Amino acid sequence: MDKSGKAYWYAVLKLVGMILGVWFLAGYVFSILLAPALNNIHLGGYPLGFWFAHQGSIYIFVALIFIYAKLQGKLDEKFDVHEK
Amino acid sequence: MGLQAMTYLVVGLTFAIYIGIAIWARAGSTKDFYVAGGGVHPILNGMATGADWMSAASFISMAGLIANMGYGGGLFLMGWTGGYVLMACLLAPYLRKFGKFTVPSFVADRFYSNTAASVAVICLLTASITYIIGQMTGVGVAFSRFLGVSSEMGIYIGMAIVFMYAVFGGMKGITYTQVAQYIVLILAYTIPAIFISLQLTGNPLPQLGLGSNLSGADISLLARLDQVVTDLGFGKYTTSVPGSTLNMFVYTVSLMIGTAGLPHVIVRFFTVPSVAAARSSAGWALVFIAILYTTAPAVAAMAKLNLHATVNKAVMANGDMFAAENSLLYEERPDWMKRWEVTGLLKFTDKNNDGRIQYYNEKTTNTAVADKAAAAGWAGNELDVNADIIVLANPEIALLPNWVIALVAAGGLAAALSTAAGLLMAISAAVSHDLMKKIWFPSMTEKNELLAGKISMAVAIVISGWLGLNPPGFAAGTVALAFGIAASSLFPCLMLGIFNKKMNKEGAIAGMLAGLFVTLIYVFAHKGIFFIKGTEFLGLIGGANSFFGITPEAFGSIGALVNFGVAYAVSKFTPECPDHIQHMVEDVRTPRGSKLIGGAH
Repeated sequence: MDKSGKAYWYAVLKLVGMILGVWFLAGYVFSILLAPALNNIHLGGYPLGFWFAHQGSIYIFVALIFIYAKLQGKLDEKFDVHEK
Repeated sequence: MGLQAMTYLVVGLTFAIYIGIAIWARAGSTKDFYVAGGGVHPILNGMATGADWMSAASFISMAGLIANMGYGGGLFLMGWTGGYVLMACLLAPYLRKFGKFTVPSFVADRFYSNTAASVAVICLLTASITYIIGQMTGVGVAFSRFLGVSSEMGIYIGMAIVFMYAVFGGMKGITYTQVAQYIVLILAYTIPAIFISLQLTGNPLPQLGLGSNLSGADISLLARLDQVVTDLGFGKYTTSVPGSTLNMFVYTVSLMIGTAGLPHVIVRFFTVPSVAAARSSAGWALVFIAILYTTAPAVAAMAKLNLHATVNKAVMANGDMFAAENSLLYEERPDWMKRWEVTGLLKFTDKNNDGRIQYYNEKTTNTAVADKAAAAGWAGNELDVNADIIVLANPEIALLPNWVIALVAAGGLAAALSTAAGLLMAISAAVSHDLMKKIWFPSMTEKNELLAGKISMAVAIVISGWLGLNPPGFAAGTVALAFGIAASSLFPCLMLGIFNKKMNKEGAIAGMLAGLFVTLIYVFAHKGIFFIKGTEFLGLIGGANSFFGITPEAFGSIGALVNFGVAYAVSKFTPECPDHIQHMVEDVRTPRGSKLIGGAH
């Protein structure tokens, strides 16, 4: 396996790209751009688009950071650049 | 015990705790003063960051603005939480590895230039002082209600307390005090919300209560609220957008990247033991922040419904809101209204002289509503409620016990003080350390550096308090401007410093100046030069919100684009970044070899 700094950085950018992809979906696509359409679906008493903007996106953000921290930690070990 | 005595008791008790902790952990060296020795546990650091982060704007002002704005208010909720994702995966671990403990000292080394550092200090001061203006507005509201004085007097008292608090504490005091403040403010925010959620929906969790049916009715709370506000001529609660969808989008971007660019938050991630801890610390911080941020929309919607129900009996009874007898008689108004009238933040003007309060949107474009109001003899909206009082008044509106009301006052003060203190630390570090010690007077002693830091805090408090007397908007709106400034100046510079190793000093300096300049022009055109009333120059930029209908609070994301663009263009035409700097950037990108930050240099 290529363990060079370049390969590591490429893997980091890919991970960050995926995390920010979900971040964008939650915070901008579902909560703002598609909110009017999603409001036709209801989650209990919440219209879904409104729920994403006022609740759902925040839960997703919290989960994303922990997922990122976990995956990035694994990546560091795989490329043997973790802190000792 | 009466409400006033109870409030004094609870506020006094919490203050005694903060001061006790501050004395116990009094700062010794300059390093202690700024970063608390670098060994704070991620969970404690998360709580302290939470308290630092959740200011008067989050605690006092945000839910009130959401109540006014409805769905569109979600931009504050997303904007002020989503930035942590950016912080965690784009900035915190790399800045922690870099091992400097202020933003300007990172800029100085990465862009091998004292000029770049000085520009970063200017950006930092502009953003932080604007932020503190918003805090002072909030402090004024909290103290005015709590002491029963005008909101101006509240600001003067707040200035004195913030000064004593920040100057004698230092960062170590602040870190542990902020853990205590977090606990006070989160209890103060959630306990009334739980009570109110139970009252209205029977569900104790506000996050679920907001999506539940009203007790004893088969209509959901949000659907009922939508009905009430549209019947009174306001925009529909669950769909109303501020300006346009585009404006909401860029406003959210601006708050998110501003979050990641605000120095007093970034500095938090220098106080954790390792790069890995910097990543998870951002997660813990957001967990503690999310507890308040997911409660806020429930507080907003429920307070709005309760407020309408207080002044119009038909709201809960589902009757005719325009029937004369359903409007509240001014003589029979509840005590909380009388208490807030003293502060000048709640006003009643009996326009149709019927002795009753009519609260509706007199400027509605819905002709059916306007006709009904006219037929009922309503001569205009008679109740003026400042959005900044909603959270503090919320437990009073819901007629909760006195100890809950007192706790909320203590929580509001905790939120305002902790953030103001954190910002003042960032200001003092930038002036005394980055500017005076490193650029102007390198031979300065540690003692004089501390003194200079304290003097710069005092000056910042006086300036922001004075501007806070005539704030450019509600607390949360003013704070949003500060985020726009950070977003347009510091965030792109930090990003480029880490992710573009060829970025040179010329590009970074030109980018920061261009981003800051266009943002300030747009903001000052709307709000006055340095927020001084009467110096607006809207004519020069072609009227209000002239750039695609974008409001000044949302303009930071446009400023950031300008910053990135200018930085790239300039870097293409100027000498390349030196090799040793490029190697340094490569080294920053891997966690191995991170050190605990040492000493004051």
